[in-house]
Amino acid sequence: MSWRIRALKKSPWVFHVNTGACNNCDIEIVDLLTPRFDVERFGIKLVGSPRHADALLVTGAVTAQAAPRLREIYRQTPKPCVVFAIGACACDKGIFHSGYHIVGPVDKIIREIDPNAIIAYVPGCPPKPEAMISGVVKALSAL
Amino acid sequence: MTQALWSLFWIAVFPGFLFTFSLGLVASWVVRKVSALVQWRVGPPVLQPFYDVAKLLGKEILVPEDAQRSVFMAAPLIGMAGVLLLSTILWRTAIAEEAFVGDVIVVIYLMVLPSLAFILGSSASASPHAAIGASREMKLVMGYELPLVLALVVVIVKTGGQLNLAAIAQQTPVYSISGMLAFLVSLLCIQAKLGFVPFDIAESETEIASGVLMEYSGALLAVWKVMHAMMLVALPLFLVTVFLGGFGTTGWSLVWSIGKYVLILVLLILIKNTNPRMRIDQAMRFFWVYCGIVMVLAVVLTTIGSYYDINWL
Repeated sequence: MSWRIRALKKSPWVFHVNTGACNNCDIEIVDLLTPRFDVERFGIKLVGSPRHADALLVTGAVTAQAAPRLREIYRQTPKPCVVFAIGACACDKGIFHSGYHIVGPVDKIIREIDPNAIIAYVPGCPPKPEAMISGVVKALSAL
Repeated sequence: MTQALWSLFWIAVFPGFLFTFSLGLVASWVVRKVSALVQWRVGPPVLQPFYDVAKLLGKEILVPEDAQRSVFMAAPLIGMAGVLLLSTILWRTAIAEEAFVGDVIVVIYLMVLPSLAFILGSSASASPHAAIGASREMKLVMGYELPLVLALVVVIVKTGGQLNLAAIAQQTPVYSISGMLAFLVSLLCIQAKLGFVPFDIAESETEIASGVLMEYSGALLAVWKVMHAMMLVALPLFLVTVFLGGFGTTGWSLVWSIGKYVLILVLLILIKNTNPRMRIDQAMRFFWVYCGIVMVLAVVLTTIGSYYDINWL
């Protein structure tokens, strides 16, 4: 394992992308930063710009309007990076499965521009914070 | 020749880059840890800032298509060079009492360099968010430079017209009314220079997505982070040198000096953690009107004090 990956595992900075989620998963993501879970213990930090990020936390089933923006944000993220599909909608469109305005799910949109993207799935409506931490650990150990 | 080699050693290794870099990363850990404790969290491990820098060095560097490439790449290095020189001058004053007449003025200029580098880099990055950040940074610089320079005028009058850091460090201007006012105001100016919370207007993450730093990634972002960490060493050291009687390096005075440095750092962190972000117009009004009036008052007090030989004024 190279030093780059080792350092990346010690400080994954995340950027939060909402592609049309109902805000439930977003609230659970913010939960991770609270004193109860405090992911800063593992060096995980929420950053304001995709250029600073090592992981994208994508929530929502990707609406037609959000898809080009999601692609653009993925292109703007310096590699190596990991994409997390957080919640049932992001994993497989969830209850919006046959919605007319849905072009997702997240992995389809990302794979259109990068077939080798590393994508981790955290299902749940919303997923528990523990499930998200477990997803982060699994995705990082797959690097 | 040996003199040149020694100067190189000072800048690159001992009081300069390597030393300030390591100390700065530890200081930035202290900032994050104390913030975490204030918020009743556990906080990151000691080596976290080192991991962050190592990770950023290993990441891809993305340069925006429309950016002015050379300026965009050079800006973080310019900022870091400024902080490096500042830190070396201040440590040489503390360790070897090596100073020259007028170094106070050099130090004022060097302290502006990081902000100028921020403005340069973000203007070159061709991003509208970064442009907003740059304009806010400019206004902030204009805001806090006035009270900071007035605070230094107080110190210079107080110490009998000395323009030499080693001579200023012999005295403790903070044991007087005007000196205390100047110290408090320049503490707030340092807060703004560090971009800490009530004055993190230029890089506010939630509204303009990291503003001035927005387009930076990989190693260039690492240079910015290292620069900020080094400022965490240099700027409190500047306050210690100018206001709190200098940084002693022998025996008990070393312990006492480290105490002074930590006191300033913790004060900065507590201000950071107990205040919400200001708007830029509020920050300008704060620095120009309130701090400005206080500093003019302090200059008048200290002039009266030095004219009639009243030390406590």
